Amino acid sequence: MDMVRGHVLCCGGTGCTSSGCEAIIKEMEAQLAANGLEKEIKVIKPGCFGLCALGPVMIVYPEGCFYSRVKVEDVKEIVEEHLLKGRIVKRLLYQETVHGDDIKSLNEVDFYKKQKRVALRNCGVINPENIDEYIAFDGYKALGKCLTEMTREEVIEEIKKSGLRGRGGGGFPTGLKWQFAYNSKSDKKYVCCNADEGDPGAFMDRSILEGDPHSVIEAMAIAAYAIGADQGFVYIRAEYPIAVKRLQIAINQAKEYGLLGKNIFGTDFNFDLEIRLGAGAFVCGEETALMTSIEGKRGEPRPRPPFPAVKGLWEQPTLLNNVETYANIAQIINNGAEWFASMGTEKSKGTKVFALGGKINNTGLVEIPMGTTLREIIEDIGGGIPGGKKFKAAQTGGPSGGCIPAHLMDTPIDYDSLIAIGSMMGSGGLIVMDEDNCMVDIAKFFLEFTVDASCGKCTPCRVGTKRLLELLTKIVDGKGTMADIDRMAQLCYSIKESALCGLGQTAPNPVLSTLRYFRDEYEAHVRDKVCPAGVCKALSRYIIDPDKCKGCSLCSRQCPVGAISGEIRSPFVIDQDKCIKCGACKEACKFGAIYKK
Amino acid sequence: MKSLAELQEIRNRTLNNITLRKEGADEIRVVVGMATCGIAAGARPVMSAFVEEIAKRNLSNVTVAQTGCIGVCRLEPIVEIMMPGEEKVTYVKMTPEKAKRVVAEHIVNKQIVSEYTIGAAN
Repeated sequence: MDMVRGHVLCCGGTGCTSSGCEAIIKEMEAQLAANGLEKEIKVIKPGCFGLCALGPVMIVYPEGCFYSRVKVEDVKEIVEEHLLKGRIVKRLLYQETVHGDDIKSLNEVDFYKKQKRVALRNCGVINPENIDEYIAFDGYKALGKCLTEMTREEVIEEIKKSGLRGRGGGGFPTGLKWQFAYNSKSDKKYVCCNADEGDPGAFMDRSILEGDPHSVIEAMAIAAYAIGADQGFVYIRAEYPIAVKRLQIAINQAKEYGLLGKNIFGTDFNFDLEIRLGAGAFVCGEETALMTSIEGKRGEPRPRPPFPAVKGLWEQPTLLNNVETYANIAQIINNGAEWFASMGTEKSKGTKVFALGGKINNTGLVEIPMGTTLREIIEDIGGGIPGGKKFKAAQTGGPSGGCIPAHLMDTPIDYDSLIAIGSMMGSGGLIVMDEDNCMVDIAKFFLEFTVDASCGKCTPCRVGTKRLLELLTKIVDGKGTMADIDRMAQLCYSIKESALCGLGQTAPNPVLSTLRYFRDEYEAHVRDKVCPAGVCKALSRYIIDPDKCKGCSLCSRQCPVGAISGEIRSPFVIDQDKCIKCGACKEACKFGAIYKK
Repeated sequence: MKSLAELQEIRNRTLNNITLRKEGADEIRVVVGMATCGIAAGARPVMSAFVEEIAKRNLSNVTVAQTGCIGVCRLEPIVEIMMPGEEKVTYVKMTPEKAKRVVAEHIVNKQIVSEYTIGAAN
């Protein structure tokens, strides 16, 4: 056996793959071979580290150096300087880790310091395509413990005691869900995993499946043992090719090791797992629609009750949990319910993963204990808003959630306090908005998404959201009336009350919460015909300041619709009727004479 | 998978390969000075000898790391061995042959090879 003295971890998550990590890994292998280091240094492709904004990232052990924004040209230097000669390439280090001559460990960087990684514990640490590495980090130990030392009732009791709640957004107590599925009498039961992550901006489930697929497999086996099932399905969207591939590899390895299949750990417990690919319908993230889709039918929801725990897949009792929920299970069994319950708030235990996006410096994935405030997430972990702009609101819960305005930034993040302020946890997308975002436009964006995603089965959702969007469009176009605002609010409540499934019931949330906290912006659009943030095209105007204009005619030559006219060396004018507000003139002007109102 | 013992066996086997990424308390560190002076004096074959010897003996709790110049360039190649709970030992003017002896006597049998240390050179 050759001794490996160093490990180079090149992030292979979707984020880094799109910023070119494949080419870097290839170059790394070539450079290692060229320097005769291929036997000493091992290249590993783990899942996401969470700091996607800095990708492609690379960590070199045993030093633990964190290189960010690595380019193919840099690889040679890293190999020759760091790996061959032991001189760390400081200019490529993540600057937060460099303090004068000192280099801090990654865990001491602000971005990671306040995080508590439970669901993401292995992401960025192990090679997801190697079951042995997962086992080395205590993998499948929890399954072994459940099967050989615990009764089914004890497993359910442990999950109940931990206080774990569904991480997909609803926040239903997981242990209770298991109990219901256990209570249902049937000779055939199913366990399902909801990996149909569709919220715009959310990618934590993808990251877990890419970085630590075995944690989901192990937890599903534990769940199956607890409720008495022998067949499982992971419903994952086909738009996640890397996650699908790694999960399939993981399932195959688990089968080879006998961790899936018959008589697991020498007991009479059998469990088999299959992948089902979603075809891209957002509604299939709703539990009843998801199960209908697994059955091979058109993915549409059905009324509840009966709940899936009583009648789910093929009319049999079915347990359905989200990816992130499953990722916590093995940890709870290994470390005990008390350990898990010691994190978080009174009613929301443990940690939650958030996908930070929008106007924030550290775009990426963070896992924080429940009860952390929004301010800590945005200012300390997220590194604040780029360009020193002012924070306006954060959107959580995607198209089902709402906006949290600046004055509520100190609200602790947990299920109940988010609902109380008109938003929701959702699956964990957290989109940050600054003063340049128009809240009416944001509401319209999410509503457009829901209108598009509505399956059309029930009228309130199919027709209601469409009418709601029409009203919003009217306001954004500057044609709305004050009565429209009230009519919108009323329509929102009707949809919430009468829609069939979660998609429709939560669709008006973005409108309701922006109406609640940013009514002045709606009124400005309607009454003053002005978009305060200058986003809504119909309400904004480009104007030439006659004092600054030198009459060079550059703008009029750039204008694609010929809306600008004037005499050379005297101020030009924009014809507002012809202007399409593309902004080309403003960019072209060398004197800063054109501004947007 | 037929038993917990089987799982434990895979765990132990793999732990050896990934200890680099775990923060262990019982870890022995071999640090080779690999600045320009060290490399010029032949630190590279010394480090390779450590790596080979440690692999041959299957010592999983030892990591070999590199460092820069500690200032006594005339004594390069310099190798420092750090063991938990002990003073670090600095070996100077190392060669691949000396490296093998250090692994056998110091790392495995905990007997410092005092004739190679910096104290002996002065």
